[in-house]
Amino acid sequence: MTAAPLTRAPTPTVPWGGPGRRGPRHLLDFYLTTARTAIAEQFQYRAANYAYMIGMVVEPVVYLVVWTTVAKAEGGAVGGVTAGDFVAYYIVWTLVRNMNIVFTPYGWEERIREGHFSALLLRPMHPLHFDLAYFAGWKVVVIILWLPIAALLSLAFHPTFSLTWARAGAFVVAIWGAYLVRSLVLWLLGMLTFWTTRVSAPFELFFTLELLLSGRLVPLTLMPDWAQSIAAWTPFPSTFGFPIDTLAGNLDGPELARGLGVQLLWVLIGWGLVRLTWPRAVRRYAAVGG
Amino acid sequence: MRRALGTAGTFLRVAVLHELQYRVNFYLQLVQSLVAAGTALAVLALVFGYTPELAGWSRDELLVVLGVHVLLGGVIQTAVQPNMTRLLQDIRQGTLDFALTKPLDAQWLVSTRELQVWHLADVAVGSVLVVVGAVRVGGAGPLDVALFALTLMLGTVMIYCAWLAVTVTGFWAVRMDVLVELFDGLYQAGRWPVTIYPGWLRVTFTFLVPLAFAVTVPAQALTQQLGPVAVLAAAALAALLVVLTRLLWLVGLRHYSGASA
Repeated sequence: MTAAPLTRAPTPTVPWGGPGRRGPRHLLDFYLTTARTAIAEQFQYRAANYAYMIGMVVEPVVYLVVWTTVAKAEGGAVGGVTAGDFVAYYIVWTLVRNMNIVFTPYGWEERIREGHFSALLLRPMHPLHFDLAYFAGWKVVVIILWLPIAALLSLAFHPTFSLTWARAGAFVVAIWGAYLVRSLVLWLLGMLTFWTTRVSAPFELFFTLELLLSGRLVPLTLMPDWAQSIAAWTPFPSTFGFPIDTLAGNLDGPELARGLGVQLLWVLIGWGLVRLTWPRAVRRYAAVGG
Repeated sequence: MRRALGTAGTFLRVAVLHELQYRVNFYLQLVQSLVAAGTALAVLALVFGYTPELAGWSRDELLVVLGVHVLLGGVIQTAVQPNMTRLLQDIRQGTLDFALTKPLDAQWLVSTRELQVWHLADVAVGSVLVVVGAVRVGGAGPLDVALFALTLMLGTVMIYCAWLAVTVTGFWAVRMDVLVELFDGLYQAGRWPVTIYPGWLRVTFTFLVPLAFAVTVPAQALTQQLGPVAVLAAAALAALLVVLTRLLWLVGLRHYSGASA
């Protein structure tokens, strides 16, 4: 749950279009170049990426073991979820969690203290673009490294899937939707650093709420009804529960479309709030020295 | 021996004096510890809302396991992890020179010089959970408490050894900072008794990462589920790990090339 060293600010080294070159084509160019750099960079750190991923796999394996134990003790299912369903849920969880790793809110402190932030401000585009592009490129590496882990987990725990083309297609879109929603939400949270230096307590509180209300801890259908109603009003299910359910659950066409629509809504809200907060945050920033 | 203990005492005093300058941090840490413990309790409530017992463990017994996990986690964060993080950094940057040139055993020095006293908040919260759980289970006599203290101490030694063994690999491979994440992730598995895990995982959590001896065994001592064999095994494994990590440390040191290389 805590900040990972791998998700700290990479030092931006990517060439950009130069002043005056704006517009969608140059932005696309920037995204592709940054993503390619990230892929090349992160492939060099295969071993480190793997060690990190294995440490992370422990969390869902623990949930999986606990809930399949409960399911077996209670005659095969808990609240309609069978042992095989739990296994499928937590295996898909591992990919969704990896897609969810974005620039950490703890990274802002370092960006500001070390002066990287001043460099970001000098660019002729919103700094959000760099983070989105860099981490998106990294995801390509992560997905490739994830495949053997998923195969091993499936061999060890026997999941049950009921796959359709619609679900598989929705899943491919939904994991990137989750990536965008969580990027924006954590960016907003990270900007808190401009107003206070004691950020770790609010951050921890945020991550605790996310753990409980997103479907990260347990499929949301097992939470008490009141918790589910609160969760429905937050972006959290869009980042964990929904993308996992598209592949591991039994959602039908309208449910898939609705979930993707909710993700889109949160992307728009998040982007709007970033646009609103960003100028105020920058105004509070004072660079020291050179 | 007396000098070694004396330096450790001095490190402790300096750490306390240093941290007392930032007293608000203690309250923030306490809030975070309480939030974390509250979350863990909510998870327990959720699980036991669906089932009366988990692999033979009752809710109150699992409260003891959770308490030991939080308590030991606090000890690790206070005294073990900060030292190992600094050791890793020193190996990478070559600043370990400053520790090696001191007229004191280097392993002792690098294992005692850093303390983050605020994480003792976790020790306090964990102790409360252990006491509440043990009282609700009932029946723990003085012998059980003594066995609990003994096995907890052995468990702490084993976790320290595992950490040091992992950190010492930094002498061979450079980018080992992710190992901290790896270890943190693995430690989370100790929140539940290792008996619930399937065979191959149970072996991993017993010998590779000694979570079984560090968390489950002390909890079993307090809930009167512990046989004398497990205590002897814990003592033997702790002794073995101390010797092995000492050897690994000495071999690793020979691979250390210093600041100028």
